[in-house]
Amino acid sequence: MAIFKGELAIVLAGEAGQGIQTIETLLTGLLKSGGYHVFATKEYMSRVRGGLNSTTIRIASRRVAAFREKIDFLIPLHKDAITHLKDRITEDTVVIGEKEKIAYNPMIDVPFTKMAAEMGNAVYANILAVGFIAGLFKIDKEQCLRFIAGHFVKKDEEIREKNIRAAKKGFEIGEGLSEETTIIIEKNAAVAGEIMLTGAEAVALGALAGGCNYLCAYPMSPSTAVLTQMAAYSKQTDIIVEQVEDETGVVNMAIGAWYAGARAMVTTSGGGFALMTEGISLAGMIESPLVVHLAQRPGPATGLPTRTEQGDLNLVLYAGHGAFPRIILAPKSIEDAFFLSQKAFNLADKYQVPVFILTDQYLMDTYYNMPLWDMDRLKAEKHFIETNEDYRRFQFTETGVSPRGIPGSGKGIVCVDSDEHDEGGYITEDSDTRIKMVEKRLRKFDAMKNDIMPPAFTGAGNYETLIVGWGSTFHAISEALEKMGRNDTAHLHFSWLYPLSEKTGAFLEKAKKIIVVEENATGQFGQLLKLEAGYRADSLLKYNGLPFSVEELAEKISALCKSGKST
Amino acid sequence: MAENGFDFDHKIDMAWCPGCGNFAIRRALLAALAELGLARENLVMVSGIGQAAKMPQYINASFFNGLHGRALPAATAIKACHPGLTVIAEGGDGDMYGEGGNHFLHATRRNPDIALFVHDNMVYGLTKGQASPTSREGMVTPVQVSGVFEKPVNPLALAVSLDVPFVARAFSSDVEETKEIMKKAILHKGFALVDIFQPCFSFNKVNTHKWFKDNTYYLGNDYDPADRARAFKKALEEEPFPLGIVYLNENRPPFEENLALYSRDKRPLYEREPSLDIIRKILESKIAAP
Repeated sequence: MAIFKGELAIVLAGEAGQGIQTIETLLTGLLKSGGYHVFATKEYMSRVRGGLNSTTIRIASRRVAAFREKIDFLIPLHKDAITHLKDRITEDTVVIGEKEKIAYNPMIDVPFTKMAAEMGNAVYANILAVGFIAGLFKIDKEQCLRFIAGHFVKKDEEIREKNIRAAKKGFEIGEGLSEETTIIIEKNAAVAGEIMLTGAEAVALGALAGGCNYLCAYPMSPSTAVLTQMAAYSKQTDIIVEQVEDETGVVNMAIGAWYAGARAMVTTSGGGFALMTEGISLAGMIESPLVVHLAQRPGPATGLPTRTEQGDLNLVLYAGHGAFPRIILAPKSIEDAFFLSQKAFNLADKYQVPVFILTDQYLMDTYYNMPLWDMDRLKAEKHFIETNEDYRRFQFTETGVSPRGIPGSGKGIVCVDSDEHDEGGYITEDSDTRIKMVEKRLRKFDAMKNDIMPPAFTGAGNYETLIVGWGSTFHAISEALEKMGRNDTAHLHFSWLYPLSEKTGAFLEKAKKIIVVEENATGQFGQLLKLEAGYRADSLLKYNGLPFSVEELAEKISALCKSGKST
Repeated sequence: MAENGFDFDHKIDMAWCPGCGNFAIRRALLAALAELGLARENLVMVSGIGQAAKMPQYINASFFNGLHGRALPAATAIKACHPGLTVIAEGGDGDMYGEGGNHFLHATRRNPDIALFVHDNMVYGLTKGQASPTSREGMVTPVQVSGVFEKPVNPLALAVSLDVPFVARAFSSDVEETKEIMKKAILHKGFALVDIFQPCFSFNKVNTHKWFKDNTYYLGNDYDPADRARAFKKALEEEPFPLGIVYLNENRPPFEENLALYSRDKRPLYEREPSLDIIRKILESKIAAP
């Protein structure tokens, strides 16, 4: 008899269009409401129908927020799912499904489709599966059925009833099976009251909290979810959401919107962003605030459209011709995605620079339960003034930041030009003015120093090995290090990538060995550390389009720790 | 003090060649702005790159002189975020129909309440004499050494086919007529295109002042611009080209009116604050069962 203690992972796999999404949504909601901590992430092919996709759901008695490879329960909806996931299936994996269809041995045969068909329609198979898992977990039956009823509350009564019946049937089978497997995962009633949202939702809601009121985009995976989320909330929040003809239009619209007093964001991925680089340079020249959300996927070119990578750091670091300041943020978690997206607007407005929020497909599509955060201290800080008659948009100041006026909001006029310009915004080729303008723009690097967030440090103070990560790998690294339990290893994680925190050097200096974990092939952040902080590090890289898992990191970091000092 | 509130008190250094049609277009524009009695601080001139696109530099008002071809996305957003502003986009045929061609196409679909003045001299000026999207077939240039063989863009026919609600053509030398068309374009609620024929003395030796005079005529009072089919036919006429308002549709709601956020609250975006309560409520909805 299989025993699962503390946590387990369920993987659902099948073709696009088979309803994995419905099962996943219902199941995670149901398990959370039952008091279990849950985590879910998905990987999928660039297909609308067919192909092979999978969702991994972790269920635990403590908070879980990272991807694990190990599969405890596999529910294949398609026979190819077995081949697709072969590297993650072990002899302990319990495979549950329709034996006739999947043809895997050993497996627990539950003919979902046949049973659903017997109940009137094969479409109920997915709900039957949800009920089955709920039964297996011994979730309160009435609660389970209420939950299913809630999901179908907008459907007509007959459909709702049939779904409830299917769930009930599935529940009873699962319940019966729970004699064969023992699941010991403690529940915590408080979890039911927590929120659960994806990285994409967190970026969208964080942006709204930052006062974003103009979102423009050209759809591109994996950033589109932010566009659709913002559109879904646009009527409630009175914001403009515009789908633009191309990415050059997108970025120029967003800059025009800021000029007229809006707080605008664009959401895109690497290929779309490549087209926007002219606009980044324009924002640099006319000192326009701008917020760019870039959800990374593997390139070059079209690359792997639905997969994950941290490969666009150098792209945003160097995007745009000419030299001008910028800020690059990379949320390390879903909560962080909310707060950094909120903050990005205040930073952009305060320093009149482009601010990048670098996420990736993994973070976009991942979710887990977390307590609802306190928002009382959040404020959309507006940094513009009412102009007077002799207002000059690019007035020289000590910090390099000139007071920003909005046309039509005062007696003055607001003149901006992509050519080099004087304080009034008028074109000039005067050498002295050119020098002063270049220096004024670059002075903003100094002005923003006090706002730079230092990296997050966890682990033993007396470390020999320092694991450095950035962005969405935070929870995977944390859990891997926890699992390894080494007392000579610490974790330094960057959410604010650029300008690099001045505190970085002190952390790196103490380490005998530095390992930078990144999901790209060339170690882009490691290069930045070397360039900006002067430290060489070893790289632990991954670039197959899938996120680092906890197990993989633990294994590879352990191996690197044995391999001696950094040179 | 300058007589015209949109002109400067001091002498300005203009980058145009002596005798350029741009000077006449500027005179027409200054007169149109003054006669409309617009408040200087409520006007925004938006442009891209090129000789024509320098116009905002020479008008005493707010301006957004951005990137080549990108005047329309910026102008659309400026008007959408702050509908109280009068927004004029201005540039040349290369800027608007070439580099910015896709934005022109989609601006017609959005129908923002902006006026678009395109200086159409059928040649590239700032880059010194290459063919433009409106160059006539056969024109020999340092790049099109065997002569242009591509079909020129017909901006009027394109605009009428896309139901741009105000479509007109002007001729730079006729300052008075150009001014009147500009005024109507600025007042029109919706996207208003004025393609302005203009000789380029430096680089276009084919389409000279005389050529334009000989190859254009003004539409008479009996012409009804509301008839779209007739307007399309009229827009297709070439050599001679009709001048005046070719097409007029008073019934197309502009982009800003289609935006839900102004239906309850007319304030521009900069005067608004985000509602953290609404965001909190959305977050709280992430607790409940789906």
